[in-house]
Amino acid sequence: MISWWLLPLFAGLGVAATAGPLGSLVVCRRMAFFGDTLAHGALLGITLGILLDLNLTLALVFSCSVLALILLQLDKYTGIASDTLLGILSQSSLAIGLVVLSFFDNVRIDLMAYLFGDLLAVNQNDLLWIFAGGSFVIALLIWQWRGLLASTVSEELAAIDGYPVKRLKAMLVLLLALVVAISMKIVGVLLISALLIIPAATARPLAKSPEQMAMLASLIGMISVGAGMAFSFIWDTPTGPSIVVCAAGLFVVSQIVNSIRK
Amino acid sequence: MNPDLVVVKTEAEILIQGQGINQTWGERHVLQNIDLAICENEIVTIIGPNGCGKSSLLRILLGLNIPDSGKVTRRKGLRIGYMPQKLRIDDRLPLSVTGFLMLAPGARKVRVKEWLERLSITSLAEQAVQRLSGGEWQRVLLARALLIEPHLLVLDEPVQGVDIQGQRELYQLLPELRNELGCGIVLVSHDLHLVMASTDRVICLNGHICCSGHPDQVSVSDEYNSLFGHNGGHQPVLEAVAEITPELAHYTHHHDHTHCVDGHVEGSSECIEKEHKHD
Repeated sequence: MISWWLLPLFAGLGVAATAGPLGSLVVCRRMAFFGDTLAHGALLGITLGILLDLNLTLALVFSCSVLALILLQLDKYTGIASDTLLGILSQSSLAIGLVVLSFFDNVRIDLMAYLFGDLLAVNQNDLLWIFAGGSFVIALLIWQWRGLLASTVSEELAAIDGYPVKRLKAMLVLLLALVVAISMKIVGVLLISALLIIPAATARPLAKSPEQMAMLASLIGMISVGAGMAFSFIWDTPTGPSIVVCAAGLFVVSQIVNSIRK
Repeated sequence: MNPDLVVVKTEAEILIQGQGINQTWGERHVLQNIDLAICENEIVTIIGPNGCGKSSLLRILLGLNIPDSGKVTRRKGLRIGYMPQKLRIDDRLPLSVTGFLMLAPGARKVRVKEWLERLSITSLAEQAVQRLSGGEWQRVLLARALLIEPHLLVLDEPVQGVDIQGQRELYQLLPELRNELGCGIVLVSHDLHLVMASTDRVICLNGHICCSGHPDQVSVSDEYNSLFGHNGGHQPVLEAVAEITPELAHYTHHHDHTHCVDGHVEGSSECIEKEHKHD
């Protein structure tokens, strides 16, 4: 008999471990806003999934991927500054998702669970998704690490060197979509990008190489998950936000430690 | 064009070739009918004033931009080592010099060490790339370009922000590298006098190719001087450099002719349109 808290803990750790390396790339490439937009748009995917009575995780993965590819194209062809564009898309897709959901009186879903996560409701199926998806993401990142890093340093230089820069970017964006989709249950739409960005930002001053940064970010994310869950059990606070609060706390500590060291 | 300025090369030696390249940005016809070929074992300097289309041409040769018309042919499997004019690495990326160099495709630790030693920057190996001075960073960028074991080395304004001593060292190094690697080298510069001594061929660009040939010939050519000669500020700098570095060649200006639209000297039979001066 598995303890009731073991499943959520493993799910959280799995998501944090995956988010570390991906978050490091996202931070270094200034794509933080991108993850946010994907997550907010994901609510539309959930709505779609509920309406069409699909597997919710599949619907999420699908809608996030489509959204990611659309964003990638928009980034190339519109004259609007990409942070403005992402801001518009991010907030409006969240709003559209909420409005559409409210039209269906017969559908009763726990909106809070999607907005802020419901880690304790994680089941074995979710855990499977997290571990399968997570290993897939990490395997691809390791496989293409050099090219991803080279194009993070400079897309032009990487293109001249013969790295498939466009394909690598599309891959990164799709992996981001996958991670957003599978971590939705843990921290919810509004807080997903926190799990990507805060641990990576915390790891930055402690790391001497991108690989160190990625691994430290995973570790810091996992510590945040553990601490956040403990916090939420002891003081009966919502789990997702508690995890993010712990991550933010670690970030502040790392900044203070770093400034003392200098 | 003066026929003795044309360098004849056989097909087999050509690394990269551009034919009839045209590029327009909005209203501006930045590149007009550019034909050029870069060969093995050759150091070519592309020179021209700001806004003459140097960067556009370079981007097209590197495959970053596609020209409006014309085509670029590369020798099959051509490896290009590119040293950009500027490259800023975001502070958010923790990266040492060695880590940065290892990102070059096919880079191996042993080779990285060798090039660091060769360019006398071994002491920088573990430094964060964001902490380097301008001159140090240029050398690291050069090391990166060389690690690719290029057939063609492309250097975009390689001495910007580098002191005279560093410039001299770099320009002395180029012919050595060419002899060792047998590669072609393309330099982009806005200052001919700095690169003259280490250049085999100069291509003078101002939208179109004004003139090309051996630097000694180009520097006394009317086309070249009409493009640069009006800039009186050049002379003192040139003399100062020549004093410190006598091996850098010296040139003189002629201000006694006018330039027509297609680059020929006014009054010559080829001149199509009169009264066109560059400034």
